[in-house]
Amino acid sequence: MKMKRREFIKGAVGSLALASASGAGIANARTVQALPPGAVGILYDSTLCVGCNACMAACKKANDKNPEPVNNPGTWDNPQDLSASTLNVIKKASVGTGEVKDSPSDGYAFIKRQCLHCIDPSCVTACPVSALTKDEETGIVEYNKNACIGCRYCQVACPYNIPKFEWDDMYPEIVKCQLCSHLIEKGGISACCSVCPTGASLFGPVESLIEESRRRLQMKPGKAYEYPVGSIDSGETHSFAAPHYIRHVYGLEELGGTQVMYMSAMPYKEFGLPAFPKESFVSMASGIQYAIYKGMVYPLVVLAGLVVMVKKNKKSEEAEGHDQQQGGDHE
Amino acid sequence: MTSNKEVIMSDAKPLGGRIITPTFVICLIIVGIAGFYAVKRLIFGIGSISNMNDGFPWGIWIAYDVVVGTAFACGGYVMALLVYILNRGEFHPLVRPALLASMFGYTLAGVSVFLDIGRYLNVYNLYLPWQMNYHSVMFEVAMCIGTYIFVLWLEFTPAFVEKYKLTKFGERLNKVIFILIAMGVLLPTMHQSSLGTMMLMAGFKLSPLWHTQALPLLFLLTAVFMGFAIVVFEASISSRVYKLGDETPMLSKIARIMVWVIGFYLIIRFQNVFMRGEMALAFSGTFLGNMFLLENLMLLTGLIILAYPNNRTSPRLLFIAAVCILIGGSLFRFNTYIIGFDPGTGWKYFPSIGEQMITYGLIAFEIAAYTLFVKIFPVFSSHEHTASNS
Repeated sequence: MKMKRREFIKGAVGSLALASASGAGIANARTVQALPPGAVGILYDSTLCVGCNACMAACKKANDKNPEPVNNPGTWDNPQDLSASTLNVIKKASVGTGEVKDSPSDGYAFIKRQCLHCIDPSCVTACPVSALTKDEETGIVEYNKNACIGCRYCQVACPYNIPKFEWDDMYPEIVKCQLCSHLIEKGGISACCSVCPTGASLFGPVESLIEESRRRLQMKPGKAYEYPVGSIDSGETHSFAAPHYIRHVYGLEELGGTQVMYMSAMPYKEFGLPAFPKESFVSMASGIQYAIYKGMVYPLVVLAGLVVMVKKNKKSEEAEGHDQQQGGDHE
Repeated sequence: MTSNKEVIMSDAKPLGGRIITPTFVICLIIVGIAGFYAVKRLIFGIGSISNMNDGFPWGIWIAYDVVVGTAFACGGYVMALLVYILNRGEFHPLVRPALLASMFGYTLAGVSVFLDIGRYLNVYNLYLPWQMNYHSVMFEVAMCIGTYIFVLWLEFTPAFVEKYKLTKFGERLNKVIFILIAMGVLLPTMHQSSLGTMMLMAGFKLSPLWHTQALPLLFLLTAVFMGFAIVVFEASISSRVYKLGDETPMLSKIARIMVWVIGFYLIIRFQNVFMRGEMALAFSGTFLGNMFLLENLMLLTGLIILAYPNNRTSPRLLFIAAVCILIGGSLFRFNTYIIGFDPGTGWKYFPSIGEQMITYGLIAFEIAAYTLFVKIFPVFSSHEHTASNS
């Protein structure tokens, strides 16, 4: 019996070591997601955006959300940030005096905040009931309110703070951009892109959008080029003088990459977009979970061992208790 | 086998006595106030009574009621581990009271979760195989805690069997109870460590003082020593309140185990922060740095008190050390879930009155139910024998 116990302790120490083990070995235990074959997304070019907010109005209409008249009570929609009724928002960032558009010094620029549709989305891994899923074909991160239990782990997990919760609703839902998947299903494109007059929000297959972003990075600043408007294959274009782009497309590699990407002439940190490593936090967390549990096989093995030990110890204890009672009688 | 002399089997008895005491009434009043807020939450939504927001989606209902509360409810887990796995039968008299507290602790954590989640009617989706997400830490925690609540009630069932003389059922239960006890050891090991894994996903939002891949191990260790500390804490109070006789010899043995566990924990904790190069942050004098130091100072104080064998024979010092350890462990868990968490872009969170009242209500219910059960059901053993033996 003594030896048995020692063996158990050995096993326990081993599993503790496993629990504390860290590093690439474990993270690799989970396959890292790749870009789905028919992935669609948005390329948002901050330099093309004039801040007309047409995309915000179209978004509300397409997704049946209420206006938020914040500074102008009762007048018009004026949300300050993403919220339970705003899935898409154009925000302005300024530096210094903020006079010149797209100038990194004393300039200002717009940014479009929405769900970036990560290639390896934290929210999808976090969701216990698969209410958030990544479409295998389009890669759109979709929400199913009939499965959602409202635990809000997606909000904790999202590195971009995108999912919002209807705090003031009796039976709330999680709200976030789903790239107008209901319109795409019918052959359409995301509402924000279809109304954008300058092509700042450009819809298309992610591969083509990446191609387009490369083309833009090679443009000669100041020279006029044709920019596609609406969808990348729409044929419509808008002529515009190429700006001094930051030599980095945000979303191309951040945390494994996203399907909505940004280009800008203003450093991304001015928009509150953090600098992220290439590896997602999600692959780290679920890698550990996988290594420890190996699809519930380890726990079952441990349970079998525990059952045997408890049975043995309980029996010997009952026998001793019995002996003692008898002993007591004799005394 | 000298220790076995101290084993006293199933001589637990109901304490009897007056049920409606001032403590009981005060607890019920608090439960009533919490009930009002619970109804308000169900009708007008979570936002109507809480300060939780899109930046801080989890407040004290998760951080206290679940994350700290279930650690406080780990008494049943560690005592089962000690008695049934490590075969230390001498601690048997402490098992049932610990189980009772665990049972209410976990059950009320479940109630809290039910109030906290927005779409509670959809909970059944956790049990639909095609909806289950095996990648989700939350799924594992939800399943484990859900099952463990059930297991705890079954583990405690022998007390009902003895009270109502359900001999037939008792015999049947006895044939399977070892499986329940084994699950009662496995499930908390799994979900208590997973409560740590859960916050790994928060990534950069969690301060590096708490965000580490060692979180699962740290959470498991805090669950173990907080489990032992709560046994000492509860036994100290109940032996005083219910005049159960001197339990100090048993508690001092538990205290000795705690010294090793906390020592091991603190070495890992500091080594981990040091190796990741975050020690400067800990001593930077910032709020978060100070919270880190406070959390570990409380544990260190408990450790130092208990490290001296003489101190372990003093009921008063045992109690003080247990309180320090409980505060330290709770702070670690609070820091990981709320205080060290910052989603950026200026969000703030402090629990509202309504939110706090729900939590107080759950604690009050726990106390009221515990005092009720120990009077009606056989929970406590008389320790006259144990005391004279040692």
